Amino acid sequence: MIKFFLMVNKQGQTRLSRYYEHVEINKRTMLEAEVIKNCLSRSKDECSFVEYKDFKLVYRQYAALFIVVGIDHTENEMAVYELIHNFVEVLDKYFSRV
Amino acid sequence: MPAPIRLRELIRTIRTARTQAEEREMIQKECAAIRSSFREEDNTYRCRNVAKLLYMHMLGYPAHFGQLECLKLIASQKFTDKRIGYLGAMLLLDERQDVHLLMTNCIKNDLNHSTQYVQGLALCTLGCMGSSEMCRDLAGEVEKLLKTSNSYLRKKAALCAVHVIRKVPELMEMFLPATKNLLNEKNHGVLHTSVVLLTEMCERSPDMLAHFRKVRQLSSSQLVPQLVRILKNLIMSGYSPEHDVSGISDPFLQVRILRLLRILGRNDDDSSEAMNDILAQVATNTETSKNVGNAILYETVLTIMDIKSESGLRVLAINILGRFLLNNDKNIRYVALTSLLKTVQTDHNAVQRHRSTIVDCLKDLDVSIKRRAMELSFALVNGNNVRGMMKELLYFLDSCEPEFKADCASGIFLAAEKYAPSKRWHIDTIMRVLTTAGSYVRDDAVPNLIQLITNSVEMHAYTVQRLYKAILGDYSQQPLVQVASWCIGEYGDLLVSGQCEEEEPIQVTEDEVLDILESVLISNMSASVTRGYALTAIMKLSTRFTCTVNRIKKVVSIYGSSIDVELQQRAVEYNALFKKYDHMRPALLERMPVMEKVTTNGPAEIVQTNGETETAVLETKPPPSGLQPTNQANDLLDLLGGSDITPVIPTAPTTKPATAGGELLDLLGDLNLTGSPVPAPAPQIAQPSFLLDGLTSPPLFNDIAAGIPSITAYNKNGLKIDFTFERSNTNPSVTVITIQASNSTELDMTDFVFQAAVPKTFQLQLLSPSSSVIPAFNSGTITQVIKVLNPQKQQLRMRIKLTYNHKGSAMQDLAEVNNFPPQSWQ
Repeated sequence: MIKFFLMVNKQGQTRLSRYYEHVEINKRTMLEAEVIKNCLSRSKDECSFVEYKDFKLVYRQYAALFIVVGIDHTENEMAVYELIHNFVEVLDKYFSRV
Repeated sequence: MPAPIRLRELIRTIRTARTQAEEREMIQKECAAIRSSFREEDNTYRCRNVAKLLYMHMLGYPAHFGQLECLKLIASQKFTDKRIGYLGAMLLLDERQDVHLLMTNCIKNDLNHSTQYVQGLALCTLGCMGSSEMCRDLAGEVEKLLKTSNSYLRKKAALCAVHVIRKVPELMEMFLPATKNLLNEKNHGVLHTSVVLLTEMCERSPDMLAHFRKVRQLSSSQLVPQLVRILKNLIMSGYSPEHDVSGISDPFLQVRILRLLRILGRNDDDSSEAMNDILAQVATNTETSKNVGNAILYETVLTIMDIKSESGLRVLAINILGRFLLNNDKNIRYVALTSLLKTVQTDHNAVQRHRSTIVDCLKDLDVSIKRRAMELSFALVNGNNVRGMMKELLYFLDSCEPEFKADCASGIFLAAEKYAPSKRWHIDTIMRVLTTAGSYVRDDAVPNLIQLITNSVEMHAYTVQRLYKAILGDYSQQPLVQVASWCIGEYGDLLVSGQCEEEEPIQVTEDEVLDILESVLISNMSASVTRGYALTAIMKLSTRFTCTVNRIKKVVSIYGSSIDVELQQRAVEYNALFKKYDHMRPALLERMPVMEKVTTNGPAEIVQTNGETETAVLETKPPPSGLQPTNQANDLLDLLGGSDITPVIPTAPTTKPATAGGELLDLLGDLNLTGSPVPAPAPQIAQPSFLLDGLTSPPLFNDIAAGIPSITAYNKNGLKIDFTFERSNTNPSVTVITIQASNSTELDMTDFVFQAAVPKTFQLQLLSPSSSVIPAFNSGTITQVIKVLNPQKQQLRMRIKLTYNHKGSAMQDLAEVNNFPPQSWQ
């Protein structure tokens, strides 16, 4: 199950956040900061799946923007990876200036 | 009031903020403007304001004052208003807010709206945040929409149905008839959501699962063949621009179908047989050059491993994983390692073939991959490859990140224990781990190691020599120093006598040994526990060494005034050994016997823990009787064995540290000296925190199980003891018994001590009593809490022992309690 979907820029500012499970509003900012810290510290040649607490993060970087999806163990990580790319392609087609 | 700014303006403005404080200021200003606009009940701009509010909410600012506005927007007739209103409802409202119920009527109306887009909005919102009441009310509407021919609505209705089922599982049957035709659609959206719905149903209810698996001869709506057909079409069909992702047709749907097939095929031969072909086809035909193809292959492999597939197919799956491992892409390697980990239990031999690749992954730069490779390597170690694997793993331990070291060390210990080809190799390996990652080794490894060393009798000289050499240079790694000081204490005589068969013996004098132990004692780096070990080791050497006894005496007496309470107590007791009990010293400090391996499951005899925190004299039985699991407190009393206090107990380097009493050696009890003055309140003060940690974690007793009848367990000579029961919600094998002791005679009962013992399948924990005096004439009671762990749900029986002073004489009684009500243990 997808737990959340985040778009965060390199400076840590959240551009988009969607939670599919209830998370307290003050905890959200903390979560986002930690998640982006995890993703920023990874290098280019490391894999895109990070284990974080009790779920996994699948992240993908597009220029200065990180798209991070939190999933639990029942999901296919690679399918989610593709999903992220699909999402970006859809945005691109729809708004034409991504 | 000027028109409120648009959302885009707001976003642009906020982006220009350079600091967090600036941003907060802007947002607060805008929030104030929005609030006043809401108060004015302005219909035209409400939509805009709520949109801005939602954006601010996303950034993390509170936006609860917008909830009612969302409702007003939903009730409006304009589509743009409804759209923002529903979005706001999804983001801001959830079950916890009371206002959400007000939406129910609106949603109901909108579900029957003439425009499909409005219906779609309502379905989305219901499927996102509907509470159980709302779902119950509206499930009928959803079901109706599930049967419509409009594919736009159908797919949304399917997802909404998923949510309804999650909230109210009883409604699942309601959607069953609608699912019959869902898979006949052409529209991929509907197909996808239908598969999700079917997956959810099958996962939630085994009855549904059985229903879907059933072979129905006449109807053509068997689920598995239908899915197989759809999957086949997807693979075989040519290029379809609508659904193409990098050359593969709708991979998301393929993955979903494969997952559903997995659930259907698990543990079911017929279904598995029906899928074998298609799985083989997918596995061989999918293109692997892009990530998409690999994602599908990954799902296929998972499905093959999970269902009852034929062996050819399984081999195919493992080969695919092997190919993944060799791929350059990190993601794929990670995924391969994860799957191999899942399959290593069942297809051990097949995975062994890829062992060398896996071991290579240990050297990868990526943390996630290293972790997976490490876990997998441990799973692959067996008798044949243990030497080679150990070498690799030790090398890995050397170079890996600190977060891995503890796990790696524990893993190495386990593997070494199971597959060690020789004792010497085993000890060498352990030494190696201790020296490379000594500070990361877990606390419970130390007693295990010590026990291992005692058991390999012929290696004592070699072991102690190597340990001595190890700490000569560096005594900062605590577990290493603990093991080393223990061994030196035990086998010091072997060390100085210079007899060692395995290695070149080194010349060590008694003074040198004492030097090193003393420096451990003095060093700032040594933990309190380690110091305890060192002091006891020095003491033991007093019987093993001949010329330096005076030096030992001096050291021991110095620590008699140490600030550390533990050290002080030990030193004083050892001092007493030198002075008053010198005749007992050799017997007490004799060589430790070979210890039996203590398993942590179930004690070998009935034991009990006494919850008293008084500094009671501790009694123990001699070591080989397998003793209580590690989580219980240190005091042991054998009620039924009735053994007398035996002063001749080999000294063990007992530690009562704050680290859990998990040490094997703790169980061998403390030195029992009836005459020794206990200078300071003994470290038993630390006990209460143990006792509360007794069972795994303090269970939460949320409510008293409705009416478990209380019983009178004992009623004699004016003393009555009642038991009341509580069952834990979080842990059904725990029963909490509260005893109340009352006294109906004319004189108080003092020094009341309650003890209990239970059969060996139970575990018992006594907490401290409220007091030790029961006042006369039933004017007060003593309460004490007992926690009983009953994992096998056996009939609860208990034997109790009561001691107290009454009318000037000491009374004692034993009784058995058999009248426990069934609800207290079932």
